[in-house]
Amino acid sequence: MCEFKTYETAWCPGCGNFSILQCLKTALEELKKDPYEVLMVGGIGQAAKTPQYISANSFCGLHGRSLPAAVAAKIANEKLTVIVDTGDGDSYGEGGNHFIHNIRRNVGITHFVHDNQIYGLTKGQASPTTSEGQITGVQVTGSVNTPLNPVLMAIAAGAGFVARAFSGDTKHLTEIMKQAITYPGYAIVDILQPCVTFNKVNTYAYYKSRVYHLEEDYDSSNKLEAMERAMEFDDRIPIGVLYQEQKQTFHQKNIVLAGREPLVERQRDSTVIKQLMNEFV
Amino acid sequence: MYNILVGGAAGQGIDTTVANLEVLLKKAGYYVFTIKDFMSRVRGGHNFSLIRFGNEIITSHSNELDGMIALDDDTVELHKQNLKQDGFILCDTKLTTTDPKAIKLNMGGMAKELGNVRVSGSIAIGVILKLFGIATDHVEETMKNLVKEAYLDMNVKAVRLGYESVETRFSITPGNFSDWMIISGSKSLALGAIAAGIKFYSAYPMSPSTAIMEYLASKSVEADFVVEQAEDEIAAINMAIGASYAGARAMTGTSGGGFCLKVEALGLSGIAEIPLVAVNVQRPGPATGLPTRTEQSDLKFVISAAQGEFPRMVIALRNHKDAFYQTIRAFDITEKYQIPVIILSDQYLGDSTATVEPFDISNIKIANPSNDEYKEGEYLRYQLTENGISPRLIPGKSRNFVSVDSDEHDERGFITESADVRNQMMDKRMKKLELLREELLEPEFFGEENCETLFLGWGSTYGPIAEAVSILNEDEPGKYGALSFGDVYPLPTKLLMEKASKAKQIVNIEQNATGQLKDLIREQTGILCTGSILKYDGRQISGEEIVEKIRKGGQK
Ligand SMILES: Cc1ncc(C[n+]2csc(CCOP(=O)(O)OP(=O)(O)O)c2C)c(N)n1
Ligand code: SF4
Repeated sequence: MCEFKTYETAWCPGCGNFSILQCLKTALEELKKDPYEVLMVGGIGQAAKTPQYISANSFCGLHGRSLPAAVAAKIANEKLTVIVDTGDGDSYGEGGNHFIHNIRRNVGITHFVHDNQIYGLTKGQASPTTSEGQITGVQVTGSVNTPLNPVLMAIAAGAGFVARAFSGDTKHLTEIMKQAITYPGYAIVDILQPCVTFNKVNTYAYYKSRVYHLEEDYDSSNKLEAMERAMEFDDRIPIGVLYQEQKQTFHQKNIVLAGREPLVERQRDSTVIKQLMNEFV
Repeated sequence: MYNILVGGAAGQGIDTTVANLEVLLKKAGYYVFTIKDFMSRVRGGHNFSLIRFGNEIITSHSNELDGMIALDDDTVELHKQNLKQDGFILCDTKLTTTDPKAIKLNMGGMAKELGNVRVSGSIAIGVILKLFGIATDHVEETMKNLVKEAYLDMNVKAVRLGYESVETRFSITPGNFSDWMIISGSKSLALGAIAAGIKFYSAYPMSPSTAIMEYLASKSVEADFVVEQAEDEIAAINMAIGASYAGARAMTGTSGGGFCLKVEALGLSGIAEIPLVAVNVQRPGPATGLPTRTEQSDLKFVISAAQGEFPRMVIALRNHKDAFYQTIRAFDITEKYQIPVIILSDQYLGDSTATVEPFDISNIKIANPSNDEYKEGEYLRYQLTENGISPRLIPGKSRNFVSVDSDEHDERGFITESADVRNQMMDKRMKKLELLREELLEPEFFGEENCETLFLGWGSTYGPIAEAVSILNEDEPGKYGALSFGDVYPLPTKLLMEKASKAKQIVNIEQNATGQLKDLIREQTGILCTGSILKYDGRQISGEEIVEKIRKGGQK
């Protein structure tokens, strides 16, 4: 049995990040992933430190830039299980452009977003998902911007696996994580994560009184229904796999990659270079 | 040596005519050197190419014309003052010019009769071959590779028709260049990357760097690597870093403004010690500047781009041959030292084509990216070593974890704020510079050993300076010499100190407004230039222009 060790963290006691880390470990172990073939990728932020706290390969890059690094690592070596584990500011703010475009690319990576609806590491400014009217150290009279709905956006942009989960519901979260990791294309899970230090609005109690599991007979292949449920984000918040569809992955569509050994295992062929040179003679 | 201009509006087929003509000239044995001057628009405007050919190596363009193919009246008006006494203007009868130098032919009509107006370019090519007395026995064979089979016959006929329409005016014996290659700087760079075993290239389109991406994309299936058009330059460089971390040789390319966006990730490559080759095909700035024109004004920017301090190397490409071999070297150095290597090219070099000896790939060794044997024990990605280089493993290839971080980190790759570890890690990274210094290539010297006047240049002014030095030395034997830098950062100083100590005058020749190399040299060596020739109008300086400036005492 493979074991994923954890290391000492720098998170505040009671933070929602702890259970996400624990669920991730359990999910990987239950999926019998070999730690040496797992690559954890983060950007910058509190959530983005998760890759450092788990015994696997880790790449902590720049704020907002975890997706491009992660997809390219997967392009280079398909054998790696690549998981991006990072915050909502990182994923939807600084990294918003990459978020949209990597949905289009559909490289087979998993994206866990610790959505605490606030910037934690920089001490509590509004994030793209902060509720309208919420007062922060910068949004001193209350945030006036419409919060982004990441799951709705992901479905609209064409993502093949879109889920929402809650860090306070660990059994459910672990299950969703396992499904996301085994999904062949790009899978996004927006995880509601209470920041006990800076977000006094979206607390454990706030989420607990609102979240409910999508029904047993919910049809996750119905896009319109999925969008409707994705928009449900007030008194009641559905959690589970909102939308799922089988789509061709980047590796299947790219003819250099399709059905071949990983790029990193291929040797350069000098006869090809000679041929290419001849075209200029 | 002869020099002809092909000019017209964008979309009139200048590129095809020029591409075909240069191959035909080269196949006939001539050395060919072509530059492109075009506007940032898809249709209309005024674009031209200068094709210079002869029986010896040519390193610079020239603005003095032996003739021109004018596709519109503007071309005649704009360039006729550059025609030599016996120069000609080849154009269609539909042009209004009454210039006595004009050779007016009903090329449009002739082409229509052959079945397609587009073959008028081939008629013009036939005319040129005849005017310069160039034999046509190779035309059919060569055209096979240049035009689609269905149009081959028509084009060969068109060349012959043009050939029969005029009398020979000039003559020049061909050289021995028919077996050499004719290639643009950007394609040569791309070919170098392929020879170096590139596995991943990511970029966002930006003139004039796009030619690299286009060429690589066109060969990616054949040569087995992935080219990805990123959503922006930031993604492009972070992708290249991600791929490189995972063990694929990776490169990213752009031009000035795109490089600005990549700067933070350049530092990521620096602190995370992930190999990366980053190309900047310079164009005039700031901001969007002159998109399709040339300049060398990013030197100071790229040597200091990104916050903080970390070792890096900057290689400026001097010519088409360099573009190939130095790109391979860039991959080797980035792999060996785990530092970012920046290649500086520019529009002049990237878009110009030159005749080069087929590249020798027999000695290229592709270093194994990872130390695969390292298997036992806890692996330390950032192990403190004597020379600063830590053993690099590829994730997933052994049972060790490979942990990298953009934050300051300990030997394992985990975040730290310890003052001691910070010092150790900074020292470890900076130590690599000492080793790197031993690898530097001294600038290339040409001209007279004990010259009175020493020119200093870098990158693509290599060719024009070389031509200027040889013209000037013919007039005033023994007076001129030049050093052209390829490795610019770290700056090799040995030969510079030696030559500078003997020269009476030191003149830097650069395509920028401030003399960036001059400043760098002063900063690093204390050597002062006594004069400068600077050009920053977006057009490359030619050998002849340098000569003229020197004769007039035009250096500032
Ligand atoms: C380019 C850049 N801009 C800004 C920052 C500062 N910064 C670090 S983390 C962060 C926001 C973190 O928010 P989020 O991603 O939601 O993560 P959390 O800390 O809440 O888990 C910011 C703005 C940075 N490191 N880099
Ligand atoms: S600041 Fe918020 S998100 Fe960060 S560790 Fe503390 S509670 Fe968690």
